[in-house]
Amino acid sequence: MTTSTTVPRAGRWERLRDSYLLYSFKRDLVAQLSLLIFIAMVAVAILAPWLAPMNPYDLAQIDIMASEMPPFWMAGSDDAYLLGTDAQGRDLLSTILYGARVSLIIGFGAVALQAALGICFGLLAGYLGGRIDAFLMRLADIQLSFSTLMVAIVVGALVKAIFGSSTFSAYAVPLLVLIIGLAEWPQYARTVRASVLAEKGKEYVDAARTMGLPSRRIMFRHILPNTLSPIFVISTVQVANAIISEAALSFLGLGMPETHPSLGSLIKSGFDYLQSGSWWITLIPGAVLVALVLVINLLGDWLRDVLNPRLYKG
Amino acid sequence: MNVMSQTVKTPGADIQEETPLLEIRGLVKRFSLSGDFLEQLRFKGGKLVRHQEYVHAINGVDLAIRRGEALCVVGESGCGKSTVARTVMGLLQPSAGEIRYGGSRIDNMSTRELMPFRRRMQMIFQNPYASLNPRMTIQQTLEEPIRLHHPGWDSTRVRDKVAEVMASVGIAQDWGTRYGHEFSGGQRQRIAIARALAVDPEFIVADEPISALDVSIQAQVLNLLMEAQQQHNLTYLFITHDLAVVEHFGTRVVVMYLGRICEVAPTATLFSRPRHPYTQALMSAIPRLEDDRPQHLRLKGEVPTPVNLPSGCVFHGRCPHANERCGREIPALIDTAEGSQVACHGVEEGRIG
Repeated sequence: MTTSTTVPRAGRWERLRDSYLLYSFKRDLVAQLSLLIFIAMVAVAILAPWLAPMNPYDLAQIDIMASEMPPFWMAGSDDAYLLGTDAQGRDLLSTILYGARVSLIIGFGAVALQAALGICFGLLAGYLGGRIDAFLMRLADIQLSFSTLMVAIVVGALVKAIFGSSTFSAYAVPLLVLIIGLAEWPQYARTVRASVLAEKGKEYVDAARTMGLPSRRIMFRHILPNTLSPIFVISTVQVANAIISEAALSFLGLGMPETHPSLGSLIKSGFDYLQSGSWWITLIPGAVLVALVLVINLLGDWLRDVLNPRLYKG
Repeated sequence: MNVMSQTVKTPGADIQEETPLLEIRGLVKRFSLSGDFLEQLRFKGGKLVRHQEYVHAINGVDLAIRRGEALCVVGESGCGKSTVARTVMGLLQPSAGEIRYGGSRIDNMSTRELMPFRRRMQMIFQNPYASLNPRMTIQQTLEEPIRLHHPGWDSTRVRDKVAEVMASVGIAQDWGTRYGHEFSGGQRQRIAIARALAVDPEFIVADEPISALDVSIQAQVLNLLMEAQQQHNLTYLFITHDLAVVEHFGTRVVVMYLGRICEVAPTATLFSRPRHPYTQALMSAIPRLEDDRPQHLRLKGEVPTPVNLPSGCVFHGRCPHANERCGREIPALIDTAEGSQVACHGVEEGRIG
């Protein structure tokens, strides 16, 4: 409801055009650049099947004789392979495009799961308090005492043992989303709970209670919007973390299989050849990973500043 | 419910006199200081015992609020004024005692049963900087209670009602699109009052609504509350520590000390002839321009801690008239000739004028 009684309801585009979000965006060069890079990366990742010169998942297109070709600016490069090839002869550019897609899906999927679980548990624990709070927070403590890697190893080993390695490979993406999502929800739950405890004592919550609003509405409509800033901050950190967790898991051979590489498994597959001179297999996907994580963090910072109404209208 | 709706609709003044709008009986509120079960366990004399400590915020308060009056509650900080207000509004659960609204007991009702009462009872808070949701526009803030209590209303009707309420508290229409933090304390308090009035309540609990405001704004807001009382025929439970406000605003005054009521009296009576020794000390502390007044009564000592309540009368440790009975027996409220009620053995025995 940005419209008032006197002003006729404006269309969605007009509201966006008049909003502070756009106003601030137009004046923030870092945000513009970050968004540009981020959108470009997401776009090429989504459009990878159409943009990539070859399909790295298609074994018929891979030529093992063309392995470890250097990028175009180095001697001995082939024009067909712009960024060179990896140890299996896959075009590195295509593999990075496909790998970025996998990394982004896992990163955002895992954070969505973490956020959904963590926000709900954090709100319940903070607002209702008492036994529910104690139970949920001890659950979070237990969860935090297992590292993400340990959960991944146990789940991965179980799935591989029960369903076999091929099943694991087929469902690697949803499994990794589930593992990283489940392992890190306490980060959200704790942050949200702390904010809820601070907000709960404020009089606007009392006002909402005396009005007779149901608890669910108070939690989601009144308290949650006031805890958004910390949620945004940790979301950016967590997307970056999830992408890096996935990379770490893949690096250990617990994540994406070699045949469907993410950025992490690409870095890993090139790591063995780093010493032998084929640095591009590791460093180029690594640079892409760093750039991706960096622009997400920069965007998150900008959003945090913009979405806090106290900072711009005060 | 039937009895209550009758009393609301019957225009006869005598019936309205009979049933108080709000009745508090034997209200007790304790807050535990001891934490959870494990923290309560203590070793005493070689044995493990469960040790519990409480802050006794309200210790048996009986109060009846009549329709159309502005009942002011005064007392120093920590005497339980706000706790009474919050317990009445259902923000706190009473430890003992009951609260009746128009004859129906409301303190043990479920959330759903309470809904019709929520519409009739509204609250105005002390701190206007915290009582508006910073993420909601004024329009959203004012629409919310209306939409909640009138789910059948369409958007036009809700907006008309908001416009009407805004006009009645002197808020400009174009404030609707703005956020709470864009306004000053007085303006915010107007918005908070508008929110309370939006559902056409008959009873408003105001918890120190002007204490946080600039002195130049206090009178404005106070007058606004009085206008609203006349226009909507409101009943107020007005918590304050400002005796000047009480004199200006209150029909009757309740004086509280350490979670108990010392004296209940019509405003004029209380100011002309305070009976309870604490009230007398309180009244004598008001600064006056005339210099011929006697020196104000100095109370000795401090307010005792509400964790370990004094035996007998809560005031006996500081009372200049206290005797042995005061330390032993808790005084009950007794009616005086002036139409007030006083909880004091000295007044009962005729020792204190």
